[in-house]
Amino acid sequence: MTREYRYALGSRTWRFGNLAELMAKATPARSGDRLAGVMAASAEERVVAQMALAEVPLKTFLNEALVPYEDDEVTRLIIDDHDAGAFAPISHLTVGDFRNWLLNDATTPQVLRSVRAGITPEMAAAVSKLMRNQDLILVAKKCHVTTAFRNTIGLPGHLSTRLQPNHPTDDISGIAASILDGLLYGNGDAVIGINPATDNVAQAIKLMTLMDEVIRKYDIPTQSCVLTHVTNTLEAIEQGAPVDLVFQSIGGTEATNRSFGFSLANLAEAQAAALSLNRGTVGNNVMYFETGQGSALSANAHHGLDQQTCEARAYAVARKFSPLLVNTVVGFIGPEYLFDGKEILRAGLEDHFCGKLLGLPMGCDVCYTNHAEADQNDMDNLLTLLGVAGCSFIMGIPGSDDIMLNYQTTSFHDALYLRRVLGVGAAPEFERWLAQMEIIRDGSGYQLHDTVPGPFAGTLKNLSGGVCHGE
Amino acid sequence: MVSKKPLGQAPSAKDHGGVVDNPWRPLRAFTDARIGLGRAGVSIPTAELLAFQLAHAQAQDAVHLPLDVPTLCHQLAEGTLSEPFRRPLVLHSQAADRMTYLQRPDLGRRLDDDSRQHLQESLLGNQVDCPYDLAVVIVDGLSSRAIQDNALPFLQAFSQALTSDSQHWRLAPLTVVEQGRVAIGDEVGERLNANAVLVMVGERPGLSSPDSLGLYLTWGPREGLTDAHRNCISNVRPAGLKPTEASLRLLYLLTESRQRKLSGVQLKDRTEDKTLAHSQVSSPFRLT
Repeated sequence: MTREYRYALGSRTWRFGNLAELMAKATPARSGDRLAGVMAASAEERVVAQMALAEVPLKTFLNEALVPYEDDEVTRLIIDDHDAGAFAPISHLTVGDFRNWLLNDATTPQVLRSVRAGITPEMAAAVSKLMRNQDLILVAKKCHVTTAFRNTIGLPGHLSTRLQPNHPTDDISGIAASILDGLLYGNGDAVIGINPATDNVAQAIKLMTLMDEVIRKYDIPTQSCVLTHVTNTLEAIEQGAPVDLVFQSIGGTEATNRSFGFSLANLAEAQAAALSLNRGTVGNNVMYFETGQGSALSANAHHGLDQQTCEARAYAVARKFSPLLVNTVVGFIGPEYLFDGKEILRAGLEDHFCGKLLGLPMGCDVCYTNHAEADQNDMDNLLTLLGVAGCSFIMGIPGSDDIMLNYQTTSFHDALYLRRVLGVGAAPEFERWLAQMEIIRDGSGYQLHDTVPGPFAGTLKNLSGGVCHGE
Repeated sequence: MVSKKPLGQAPSAKDHGGVVDNPWRPLRAFTDARIGLGRAGVSIPTAELLAFQLAHAQAQDAVHLPLDVPTLCHQLAEGTLSEPFRRPLVLHSQAADRMTYLQRPDLGRRLDDDSRQHLQESLLGNQVDCPYDLAVVIVDGLSSRAIQDNALPFLQAFSQALTSDSQHWRLAPLTVVEQGRVAIGDEVGERLNANAVLVMVGERPGLSSPDSLGLYLTWGPREGLTDAHRNCISNVRPAGLKPTEASLRLLYLLTESRQRKLSGVQLKDRTEDKTLAHSQVSSPFRLT
């Protein structure tokens, strides 16, 4: 556990106190690691740490737990669920060899799938620290992860979106207006997911019911979620609410999750409850998790680890519960963790790569706050790179402006840009619905119809007070 | 099931200058969300793009423009205020500049050495055994604009409310802290020997709210308290919560806090008016 790592370079021998320190110092620079005091002291020390890390055998991560097994249920999950058989083909590799192996032509999507259960989050985090952005993109694109509920997420050549119709007072009409806007812009196949302004069970049930009615009325092959605490969702299920997906924010240490107010047992209970409703039509992935670098440090629960390694450990938690969607909310936490567009971009690619390598349906909330050194162009860059990397889903929100959470994420228009420029489509079931509803033109490279589709036109006409004068 | 109806009855989109308008834009009556933007191809039309850029620029400026302390002090001196609010002590956190401030929230929660000394000197002559009822601390936070535009109007309303209150309020000298976070009020309040501290802070700017002032009330300020010990009144600005309304709510909390000797999660704001922003609209919009 406390073994020292040394690396001789020229006449100087560099020392790293333990594996956690080596990992942290090998991490590309970011403000959260500086805040935690674990960052490399110089650019040279960082690269030396990467060189030393490259020589560490992957097996080491099975023997040197970064957070003690006895103290942390996430560590126990990682070690106890490790599949030695799946690990066998890569068990002889060092971290540096592992990078080469991942990039190798012979390492096909099938091969990557077969070793998945043998890769721990720490191995994924370690190798990512040696990889350039293009490596993170290339390997992630080879990791195919498909999940399903009422449609199929993550098929190669498809990009889904979470329609995020938030409203600062949870006003039902305001939320419905944003849902309509999103659907008519071809968004919402990953999930229609609301962050409630008022976080209690009664409010959650009200919003779940609204979305359930919309999905049923228009027969939309998608699912809904209210992003409330797992214990609230469990209670909503007990009260008979129409719950499609169970949400929870998760972190990579037991103490982080305790600060979020849940344990692995709570997640298991909620998953079982959601499965018992049997509401999926083409699959049974019922969990929706959100993560983000910095959450462990923010909860003072990082155990001296760098924030990217903590983040990768959160994926072990996610993996246990077969989620439909995992979303890294990369730029939301603020500049004390990811300072600018460059740090946000790097973190987004790392998270997507690590998640996909571990077998998760990774999406990304490509986003920033107004006190970060970032703007729409930074988001365009990350959005495009993630699209190339085969990201499972992104957010879709009216005009990039979340008026409830006060941050900027990707717009409905952004998703259409990406689908058009990369020639990818929505989830196949949803894509068929969009064509059938005459929202998009059939087989024409993401062209929208200029008219409002019949059923929605009817809804607009029913408004009293002449809200719709558009005809 | 989805029925395929002829679209002859549907409202058609208008097309001018290559931009396709969205006939559902009037649904903006129900939300401030940027719905119905229309599109150029599948992209945001120029006018909407520029409107967004302006909002973001204003939000960024609010973060980075330094608080103009001399102007603020002049405003306070000229304002209709109780005496302790007229001549503030100007203090500074340990975050030397905005770049440090943004990356080191811990430094923004502590006063620098000069400020500590300054505060100590200001206390000479105060009756040591008699704590103040309230210390008010103005903190730039993440929006100098919130302070520059809204500190005086709020403080005038609050000052008047305190003066006309049936109870007497013994006020500590007003302080202004540069490069500060909310929790710096704990140290200021403790050093001033105040029973309660009110921090007026520039909140993290939203795209449509670059000027939002936040009010944080903490009973028994001392270093190391968390947000669970505070009561917050948010979004004080011309387009949000009005100064007089904010002042009424604050006085309610303050009175309760003094009576029960606590603040935070155990203290509920029962003055809250549940009226929703969009409830004036005659009939709701339903997709179902």
